[in-house]
Amino acid sequence: MIAPIGQANADDEEIVVRSVPIGNLTVLDPIWTTAYITRNHAYMVWDTLFAMDANNEVQPQMVDTYEISDDGLTYTFTLREGLLWHDGEPVTAADCVASIERWAANDGMGQAMMRYTDSIDVVDDDTFTIQLSEPIGFVLEALGKIDSNVPFMMPERLAETPPDEQIEEVIGSGPFRFVEDEWVPGSVVVYEKFEDYVPRDEPPSMAAGGKVVHIDRVESVYMPDAGVAMSAVAAGEVDLHESPPPDLLEMVAGNPDVTIQPNDPLGWQLFMALNHLHPPFDDPEVRRALLWGTDQEAYMANVIGDPERYDVCAAVFGCGGPNESDAGSEALLGVDIERARQMIEDAGAMGAEVLIMDPADNSTLHPAALMGTQTLRNLGFDVTVEAVDWSTLTQRRARQDPPSEGGWNVFITNSTATGIDNPLTHNFVKNCDDAWYGWPCDERIVELNEEWALETDEDRRAELIDEIQALHMENVTYIPLGQYRPAIVYSNQISDVIPAPAIFYWNIRKED
Amino acid sequence: MWAFILRRVLATIPVLFVVSIVVFSILHFAPGDPSAMIAGDQASQEQIAAIRAQLGLDRPFHEKYFLWIADILRGDLGTSIFSNRPVSVLFMQRLEPTIALTVTTTIVTVLLAVPIGVLAAWKAGSWIDRAVMSFAVLGFSFPVFVVAYILIYVFSITLGVLPIQGYRPIAEGFWPFLTYLILPSFALGLSFMALIARITRASMLEVLTQDHIRTVQAKGLSTRAVLFSHALPNAAVPILTIIGVGIAILLGGVVVTESVFAIPGLGRLVVDAILNRDYPVIQGVLLIFSGVYVMVNLTIDLLYVILDPRIRY
Repeated sequence: MIAPIGQANADDEEIVVRSVPIGNLTVLDPIWTTAYITRNHAYMVWDTLFAMDANNEVQPQMVDTYEISDDGLTYTFTLREGLLWHDGEPVTAADCVASIERWAANDGMGQAMMRYTDSIDVVDDDTFTIQLSEPIGFVLEALGKIDSNVPFMMPERLAETPPDEQIEEVIGSGPFRFVEDEWVPGSVVVYEKFEDYVPRDEPPSMAAGGKVVHIDRVESVYMPDAGVAMSAVAAGEVDLHESPPPDLLEMVAGNPDVTIQPNDPLGWQLFMALNHLHPPFDDPEVRRALLWGTDQEAYMANVIGDPERYDVCAAVFGCGGPNESDAGSEALLGVDIERARQMIEDAGAMGAEVLIMDPADNSTLHPAALMGTQTLRNLGFDVTVEAVDWSTLTQRRARQDPPSEGGWNVFITNSTATGIDNPLTHNFVKNCDDAWYGWPCDERIVELNEEWALETDEDRRAELIDEIQALHMENVTYIPLGQYRPAIVYSNQISDVIPAPAIFYWNIRKED
Repeated sequence: MWAFILRRVLATIPVLFVVSIVVFSILHFAPGDPSAMIAGDQASQEQIAAIRAQLGLDRPFHEKYFLWIADILRGDLGTSIFSNRPVSVLFMQRLEPTIALTVTTTIVTVLLAVPIGVLAAWKAGSWIDRAVMSFAVLGFSFPVFVVAYILIYVFSITLGVLPIQGYRPIAEGFWPFLTYLILPSFALGLSFMALIARITRASMLEVLTQDHIRTVQAKGLSTRAVLFSHALPNAAVPILTIIGVGIAILLGGVVVTESVFAIPGLGRLVVDAILNRDYPVIQGVLLIFSGVYVMVNLTIDLLYVILDPRIRY
């Protein structure tokens, strides 16, 4: 059989991995967008100062050594030797300072860090400092975050690009080089091994450890048709599919030449967003009723299918993560449909009109929206389903108008568990002035979020997490619908794929 | 004739102008927001607002339209708001696969469908005619993507003789180029083939009953000569019309075919742009597509004149 597009460019001697990406790469700047496809692209090209390991602990990556002053106000970082940009220039402390400043202007956790930062200063070519105004407990967590926006380090000339403009060049110091000449937007993205990359000595562990590359080239071929993409994996035309739809995994389940691997140790959470501004979900009693009426097991079974790949999970900050808690979870875990219906009746909301947006072009969220529709109907609401594409949903969810005037009551979305593992990154836990779509407002949660950010004592931080979660369950900011682990599929010629929320191509081996 | 061509070409200008207003209005008033798509799902509302402002999406409708049309008149189709690349570059990058797919499909389809239609007319009422008409009904009834999945299952997955997806430029060799186009061309061309076969049959039936055909038959000409030298040219006008319309339909079918077979052509470019609300790409490509439709119609009109001298400018 003839090989797919891109192979003709590869030398016969080269080891080429052909993959189907999670989506269509359109934006190349990982600071300008939080899109996961761009984050995955960025992990190929750029490197990070710190990185999260498989134990969800932050480890040095580009940083060789670091010190924290006794008063907790001064962080001093020294870079590893031998770090080079893809244009051959050495990586300097000035590059890193400019990169941190640009990232922090756009990222929520970065913005929070900068609120307590007096200055970031170059000491010498390899050393820089972060000077805080008061001690905070999340500097390393912010610099090592794995979820968008990841603080990727860029050459100073690129990092000086205003944060609301895209960078003009794709020059990083990561283990792969972006081959711009071969990029066909909407079709093929090509990366080549960066021969001068100096990996760490430690074994790889999620995003941390040595990024040792055993292949020469990655050709990422976007295939919009999920069925055809899975067929291409089954037939050996591509080596790896980064994001197969759950309902199509059966296509390769019995194929001896293909491996299905749960790839994200923590996985993703599914959420039901509720609009707190309009009836019926402006009433906290109705929202509480929904907690009793939510059967996570049913959602997961219908959307994900394989019980091996999902968990019932009441932890707002993710099950298995560093801030897992079961505080206040009685209603969510104690499914009681009759009780929920009675609470809705008592609140005078039985038969209330509810508008749910259904992103019909999303293979995970569409079945979840259908499940949500049925659940809401079973609880006694008069549900209208509006099928939209994802782009329409992202615009409409920002509208605060009543549902009858273009607004909404409910939509379902998802996030990586690592992307919601603390009060600074979890969009849904932000309340009042910082609130995400749905606009919940509980001032106590706002105060506790701020207190968590400033707290450096680990025990007190854990207590704060419990308090935030309990308040969230009391106020029902949103409804968690369960946690699942997406799988990737790959040819058995491929091995040593690192399980992670993003897809990494270092450490992967491919047999001839 | 040159005056006719000039008149027809000039007539395309107001058509394209109206198209530009319609396309721009539809996109402006349709729901969806590129800034939210660019920013990603984890972005704050401030990030999204900043991107909107940077892209000029917060400007009023008329201001955006006049800026766009002024650029078009200067020959600038704009820049993709996602990839930051000129629309003209993206268009040219995607042109070859779409032309290859459309031309291959048209050639194969016409070469197969016209003789089949002629044969059905010649053998009207026979089992051959019934078989051709059954094929035409079936070909018309199957959506492109259903045919595509069946072809992939049979020829790629089960028999393993043709690639499932992708595209090879002709510069990399004619055989690989062709191999990648066989399944998509057939999937795309099936309904087109059925349509042309039916129209050819109907048109030929009408011509075959006319006096001049009986005359040439009486002269003892061979069946082939009667059918292809005398009857077919007289039946050509409706066939040409449907081929012209069919090419327009093909361009629509290309969108689905390119998505299913992961062919990096213009159809895919437009679909991805629509899903992302990449306005400059959608507007630019649709404007060019509209121009192509107009030019196809012009070509067909000129061919009428060549094939049927009774038609005058």
